[in-house]
Amino acid sequence: MARTEMARTATESSQTSSPSADVQRSRPVRAVRREPTAGPGRLKGLLYNQRLAPYLFIAPFVITLLAFWMVPLARTFQMSMQDVQFGQATFIGTDNYERLWNDRIFWKALFNSTRYMVLTIALLIPIPLVLAALLNSKIGSPRVKAVFKSSMFVPALTSIVVAGIIFRLMFAETESGLMNQVMGIVGAGPVRWLRHDTSGLIALLMLAMWRYTGVNILYFLAGMQSIPSELYEAASIDGATRVQQFFNVTIPNLKPTIVYVTTISIYGGLAMFLESFMLYAGNNSPNNQGLTVIGYLYRRGIEENDLGFASAVGVVLLVIIMAINLTYLTATGTFKKEDAR
Amino acid sequence: MSAERSARAQYTLPRGLHAAVQTGFLVVITLIVLVPLLGIFLGTFQDGNEIIRKGISLDIDFGSLSLDNYVMLFTDSGLYFRWFANTIVVTAVQVAGTLLVSSFVAYGFAMYNFRGKNALFISVLVLMTVPFEIMMLPLFVMVNDVGLADSYSAIVFPFLAASVTIFFFRQYFLGIPKDLLEAARVDGVTEFGIFFKVVLPISKPAIAAMAILNGMVIWNNFLWPLLVLRSAEKFLLPIGLNTLLTPHANNYELLIIGSFFSLLPVLVLFLVFQRFFVAGMTAGALKG
Repeated sequence: MARTEMARTATESSQTSSPSADVQRSRPVRAVRREPTAGPGRLKGLLYNQRLAPYLFIAPFVITLLAFWMVPLARTFQMSMQDVQFGQATFIGTDNYERLWNDRIFWKALFNSTRYMVLTIALLIPIPLVLAALLNSKIGSPRVKAVFKSSMFVPALTSIVVAGIIFRLMFAETESGLMNQVMGIVGAGPVRWLRHDTSGLIALLMLAMWRYTGVNILYFLAGMQSIPSELYEAASIDGATRVQQFFNVTIPNLKPTIVYVTTISIYGGLAMFLESFMLYAGNNSPNNQGLTVIGYLYRRGIEENDLGFASAVGVVLLVIIMAINLTYLTATGTFKKEDAR
Repeated sequence: MSAERSARAQYTLPRGLHAAVQTGFLVVITLIVLVPLLGIFLGTFQDGNEIIRKGISLDIDFGSLSLDNYVMLFTDSGLYFRWFANTIVVTAVQVAGTLLVSSFVAYGFAMYNFRGKNALFISVLVLMTVPFEIMMLPLFVMVNDVGLADSYSAIVFPFLAASVTIFFFRQYFLGIPKDLLEAARVDGVTEFGIFFKVVLPISKPAIAAMAILNGMVIWNNFLWPLLVLRSAEKFLLPIGLNTLLTPHANNYELLIIGSFFSLLPVLVLFLVFQRFFVAGMTAGALKG
């Protein structure tokens, strides 16, 4: 998968992850010599068994996979076919799904999540890509670039709670709120940001851009640094301008990274919940303008305790996400590449 | 957009001017990005009710700024520092546990061939991509069923074998020469001894990167603890702060200054260990 490729490049390109230097520095042999040779005991012999060892090593993952993923996932499918009331579950077949299909609020939530996903991809791929290219260019002061890179990453360190509180207060309705002061400078009246659909969406997208631009810059930069410089030299000998180099060398060679970032943006966008939850200080927004699919799952499942219906919401979202990703990864040929490896 | 413009500018502008334009551009964006943080920092010196009513603003009457909130924070008998301590303990325990368990699992994937390895590793990759939000409801039901609601165990245990961390360690271990393992075997070290005494000691860069990344994510963890924890004295910082945001709360000063202080540990870690953040981040984690 793209992730494999991406992380491999990242691991290879970052200096901190190269083990060879440390291998020379430390002397494992000493640790080894201290160990006495194996006793003949049966139990002790098991510790030396190279056929058994891998299963013991991966056991924690297998347990996690079963207990915390497979069982809950099965439980979701099961509950989505049930009417769950105070611990009493009755099988009701596809009733929850039929209710879901006819539920206007669910469609609104799905629309909101999809719109958010599409817009965040439209903003958070090209802009960080261009900024990363700027940082990667030889022109300009390296110190300014380093400060820029660090500053852009700082928002990603904030918890969504704190980021949400800050943005909620920046987008306050009063004239003195920061964003309304900006509006005042350009001569527009105060906006009641979170009361209207479009302005609320703008606030949400600004929050997303604030938090994730720096992260995506790091991804793209890591990808760009693994592009061989000979490609650029060859291109410039052929007379390619910087813009041409960007489109004909950088972008094609960055495809795995772009695929990866797009994929996680699809997941993240469709599953977005907390950004909206914090911005609107809860799960309710005017006319449900900030409600997302997960927000609806949370409302029905946690707030209204209708676990069956909420599970159906979860199953539908899971199916949508998996379908989109399969389509996307197949269309971009990522599977084929992985096979050839 | 801007790169196009500046790249084209390179054609007509001398190199020095081009660099100056680029520097100016980067400085302006940096300032814009830092404004929200400056806003909340200045907010710590202001009246909390005012801020909630009027919003964060950079148009400040500097004469009205005071240290009252700082005095309040450190003299208040409220739960804030309890939450802070809880968050430190949970973060420390969960980071240590996650690193230990995940690297252990990763070693199995990296160093051995065994039946079912591919299928299991593919499930690691798939788990990296399933949003937790889809799992939270059934997991929440299960936690209640087994009586672990309102416990830290329910927060920590499901995430010890963390797929992203497993993946990162596996990549790292794949780069370790197998001869090292063989040498240890010849010397009579057990398979697990090799992991703990030979491989882990030379994996410090990977451990550091994952410690930082997991530490940041866990420190900021919100949704799952919000579902699990019930009693206020067990709250972690993000949940505690969130309870202060309600319309009927009477301590907005604490909300502002508490939010600001909750940023500091991660910020300090970032400034000190920046390169580990970058290494961990680009390895493929954008969760939480």
